[in-house]
Amino acid sequence: MAEPTDRRAPAGPRRILNGGLRYAAMAALAFVLFGVILRLAGKDPLQAYRDIFTSTLGSAYGISEVFVTMTPLLLTALAVALPSRLGLINVGGEGQLYMGALLATWAALRFSHLPSWLLLPMMIVLGMIGGGLWAVPAGYLRAKGIVNETITTLLLNVVAPSIVAFFVFGFWHSPMDTNKTPNFVPAARLPTLFGTRVDLSLVIGVGLLALFWFVMTRTRWGLEMRSIGGNPWASRRNGIPVQRYIVGVMVVAGGLAGLAGMAQVSGYYGVLLANFSRGLGYMGFLVSWLAGGSPLGILVTSFVVAVILTGGNLLQLTRDVPYSVINILLAMTLFVVLARPRFQRRRKTA
Amino acid sequence: MNAVSSGVPPTGDGPLLRVRGLTKHFPGVLANDSISFDVFPGEVHALLGENGAGKSTLVKCIYGYYRRDAGEILIDGFAADLRTPQEARRRRIGMVFQNLTLIPALTVVENVALFLPDLPIVMDLPAIAGELEALGDRYHLRVDPWAHVQDLSIGQQQKAELLKLLLGQARILILDEPTRVLAPHEVEGLFQVLAHLAADGLAVIFITHKLNEVLQGADRITVLRQGRVAGRLSRAEATEDKLLRLMFERDFSSLSIDRPATGASADRPILELRGVATEAHGATIALRQIDLKIHPGEIVGVAGVSGNGQRELGDVILGDLACARGSKWLYGKNVTHAAVGEMRRDGVGFIPEDPLTMAVVPMLSVLENIAVTRTDRYALEGGLRMDWRAVRLDAEDAMQQLGFSFSLAGPARSLSGGNLQRMVIVRELSHDPQLIIASYITRGLDAQSARAAQRALLQARARGAAVLLISEDLEEIFLLSDRLVVLYGGRIVGRFRPEETGAVAVGRLMTGSQGENGRAD
Repeated sequence: MAEPTDRRAPAGPRRILNGGLRYAAMAALAFVLFGVILRLAGKDPLQAYRDIFTSTLGSAYGISEVFVTMTPLLLTALAVALPSRLGLINVGGEGQLYMGALLATWAALRFSHLPSWLLLPMMIVLGMIGGGLWAVPAGYLRAKGIVNETITTLLLNVVAPSIVAFFVFGFWHSPMDTNKTPNFVPAARLPTLFGTRVDLSLVIGVGLLALFWFVMTRTRWGLEMRSIGGNPWASRRNGIPVQRYIVGVMVVAGGLAGLAGMAQVSGYYGVLLANFSRGLGYMGFLVSWLAGGSPLGILVTSFVVAVILTGGNLLQLTRDVPYSVINILLAMTLFVVLARPRFQRRRKTA
Repeated sequence: MNAVSSGVPPTGDGPLLRVRGLTKHFPGVLANDSISFDVFPGEVHALLGENGAGKSTLVKCIYGYYRRDAGEILIDGFAADLRTPQEARRRRIGMVFQNLTLIPALTVVENVALFLPDLPIVMDLPAIAGELEALGDRYHLRVDPWAHVQDLSIGQQQKAELLKLLLGQARILILDEPTRVLAPHEVEGLFQVLAHLAADGLAVIFITHKLNEVLQGADRITVLRQGRVAGRLSRAEATEDKLLRLMFERDFSSLSIDRPATGASADRPILELRGVATEAHGATIALRQIDLKIHPGEIVGVAGVSGNGQRELGDVILGDLACARGSKWLYGKNVTHAAVGEMRRDGVGFIPEDPLTMAVVPMLSVLENIAVTRTDRYALEGGLRMDWRAVRLDAEDAMQQLGFSFSLAGPARSLSGGNLQRMVIVRELSHDPQLIIASYITRGLDAQSARAAQRALLQARARGAAVLLISEDLEEIFLLSDRLVVLYGGRIVGRFRPEETGAVAVGRLMTGSQGENGRAD
């Protein structure tokens, strides 16, 4: 029974094709603009793009590195996409991710004697609890109508890395370093796949995206959440517990970002570094908005963003282009995509 | 006191403003039907009428806010083509809207300066403040020019609005329900100010539906009813009874609809409110001391001018608005603090006054909108799946019973206003609710659908449901209700049986004139 769910595409394949073409045109526009900037800096844009492409998609290793970069983005994007369905703007992925990493690390250090099958689930749960708790104030204050969740989540982002730094510098640092913990025991590491650096959290992320799609389109709770996002005043009168949903969804979203933090320390690094994230939470925000909050869109967009990010690393090494230039390309992509609703509205009236 | 008879101008001059045959249609409604009236310099002219009589539309057409369809407006005897508020302002017409238009973060003098047409680039605010104070002294409109508007009471803000118009050289002042936001003592002060302004040769038009205000503050009165002029009176001729007849008098005895007796009042009430009071937030009104019982098989009508607590009454019964005092009982069970979801599961149906904002989620499909109030009922496997087939069958069933037809596919936003209303009625009546709160149920419906909706309420009544019918259409209330109450200022001010009363008596309470005379016939 798909009829109530596909409200986005009443006109079928032709509309999807149009949408695809439009996206491609916009991406092309961003790349042309970036090329102009490279040109102005005296670099050869074509060569740069070729480098990005061959270094990422040109080899099995390159592709595996793209997947590694993509993994945390899936989760932090989901942490934005889920609340956005209720009309909530969660900018707090970064802070929630840090708090998830913090609690997961505590378990990894404290219970390092436990076997993997016990320790890893414990770290996953604690990571989600850490991120989830960090979102509670934002959800509660919003549900009570006191403070907007955008403000609270953003402000808490500044606090969380400091708390992590406090524990790392103060208590947990290894004898050799001041800014990181000792390496985790193997039992506290997420298993990797096919001998690459890709770890299990990629599978978890994709699975959660599928679950997100299922919940939103098929279940009673998805219907109620979409109802709140569409008209909170009507939803209250329609008997939906709006306040409970707001708090609950913020906690789940925080938990997803916390899971990303857990996966970073347990899978990618195997150690907790102070200031390890470099904006993964914000990047997830970008991915979710580029994708319009749709699960498939998040999958595709995070892949594309991961290609740009990994390629940017290489540009820095081989072409002597500063890494921050990559941020210009990302910003341009966002800029062009965010101009999209205007296009659509004008078409509708025409 | 310049009591003059209706036709004669209060001064020797001709009318400042003449309106001739003004007509304005909105889709499906004839808001103003060939209205003519004159306003002379030096008079306070009241436009009196029920809600929906066309008063606001009329003055908005004069102010150029709406474009009139036909008719002409003459200022000083010359035709004036007022197509925008800017043009109206150039012709020295000023209007104070119901919702005041000052900018809260700015000071009074800054707000006034913003409005002046010839404001120089470098403003001389102290000079403007000086003028404001001089005007304020002259007309008893004292407002601190340097106060921030957000720190002023509503009454003071209204004075600031008036000063703004006066400094902008207005000769014709229009006030849309100016007393709605004022406390009683402020009302008296306002009328003194208006009389003073008129004595200086300005023409003042104000809108109201309260009789005592008209008798207190107007030199001449034009009564509107259903978009037409029902009568013109001078203050000397006007009495409360005459005005009430002009506003309300209609013969309801010919109305009939099949309404068999249910003999219900002996039973235990389905809903009972005991001394319920609420707190006012923002633009809402506080309910005070509401005692109300609705028995099985009974329709209780709530008459009143909208904005007197109707929305709050519906919301407090549904549970969306908290009772500050008093208690609420459903089938003898205390539900004072029950959540909306519990009330709905206990069989409460709710048709709100404004379906688009209060009932419908436009981006969801029609079918999803129908399912969303009773997700517990349609959930399969604990909520993992929804039984869309059952939703469709229930909806089609209810549609057939009501004789409505609209498409169940597609998003709700593609439905017209009338179909949205039909959808909400179908949704709320499809689970045989035991208590139905129906606000303005026929609004936006054509005559046939309106009849169908009314019949549906009677069917519900016949099977023993309790119905609270909130309406500003007295005809509808008299037609359907077993009992009726009148809501005014958040209180129930009268209780009647329709067969024992008439529209004029109910109208008297609706307009708040009972308190003046202590009569309650």
